[in-house]
Amino acid sequence: MHELSVARALLRQVGRVAGAHGGSRVRRVTVRIGPLSGVEPALLAQAFPQARAGTAAAGAELVIETVPVRIRCLACGHEDETAPNHLRCPACGGTDTRLLGGDELLLVSLELEEKVDV
Amino acid sequence: MCDTCGCSITPANRDTAAAAHAVPVLEGLLAENDRMAAHNRAHFDRHGVLAVNLMSSPGSGKTLLLEATVEALRGELSCAVLVGDLATDNDARRIAAHGVPALQIGTGQACHLDAHMVHDALHRLDLSGIDLLFIENVGNLVCPAGFDLGQHRNVVLLSSTEGDDKPAKYPVMFRAADLVVLSKADLLPVLDDFDPARAEACLRDLASAAPLLSLSARRGQGMADWLDWLRAGHAALRRLRPAAARPHYGVLRA
Repeated sequence: MHELSVARALLRQVGRVAGAHGGSRVRRVTVRIGPLSGVEPALLAQAFPQARAGTAAAGAELVIETVPVRIRCLACGHEDETAPNHLRCPACGGTDTRLLGGDELLLVSLELEEKVDV
Repeated sequence: MCDTCGCSITPANRDTAAAAHAVPVLEGLLAENDRMAAHNRAHFDRHGVLAVNLMSSPGSGKTLLLEATVEALRGELSCAVLVGDLATDNDARRIAAHGVPALQIGTGQACHLDAHMVHDALHRLDLSGIDLLFIENVGNLVCPAGFDLGQHRNVVLLSSTEGDDKPAKYPVMFRAADLVVLSKADLLPVLDDFDPARAEACLRDLASAAPLLSLSARRGQGMADWLDWLRAGHAALRRLRPAAARPHYGVLRA
């Protein structure tokens, strides 16, 4: 269960970005997680409310975008969506494939509150 | 009415209501850990030390492999060991008994080492004259895979007493391996449900080209290939950083 460590690292990062934008309150945190990142979205969602207490994101909502595993075969050029433990090329069976996506562990964006001046 | 989409904001209250603005970031969630890992790696490079991160399930033979390794390399390559352990320093003491610097990193209830823990331990470990630093991670096939420590190589042990389909069950861990060691290989003749070929097929399904070595540290079988792999890694690092081969030349020994 390292998702609590990940949630804490995420919130330190969120704190820095929010601080750089005048210390605004954070309303929403959007992250992107792939199956090969080693982070379980459901566990991160559970850890987030514990970790956010007392931070700039104390009231923030966590939005988790999940992405599939995608590979490209360097031998035959085939691209496909696949399972995390089947990274061989489904077309030619080759093992010389590159990951196009699926290992993401990214802070995508923040939504910060600001006063609207009319 | 809600607090998030702005549907409660009317012309009358617009000047007091909080609006939101989006800030794109697109930065890795473990950026802080990765920065510290890069710092650790630079420290290893400066000293010409090959850092090897050992990961596996609990009880797969990491400590025994290290004991056999430091004995086999005695007089040839100087080793030091950092041991991540939840609650005891038993493993660090076993290794220190062989006369090599061995430090325990107590992780408490943390299930993995991170770059900051390794960095803190490096303040207590003199790398002068060291060739190989082994980092024995916490026994766990899930969490340690996510945290770069600054190592040059990842070694994952899979013991013959575990399932041969472990690479399929723990793809994140086994994908990260530069070398997979099939340990306790001396037991294979009596463990007829573990098929090394199946373990290798599961590893190749992860598009991994990592070599798979079978060995028994207890019986000394297969150790030569493992030691050669370490020697080659160390020689490659010294070729890349020839100056690092003598980090304190002319300072301490002038």
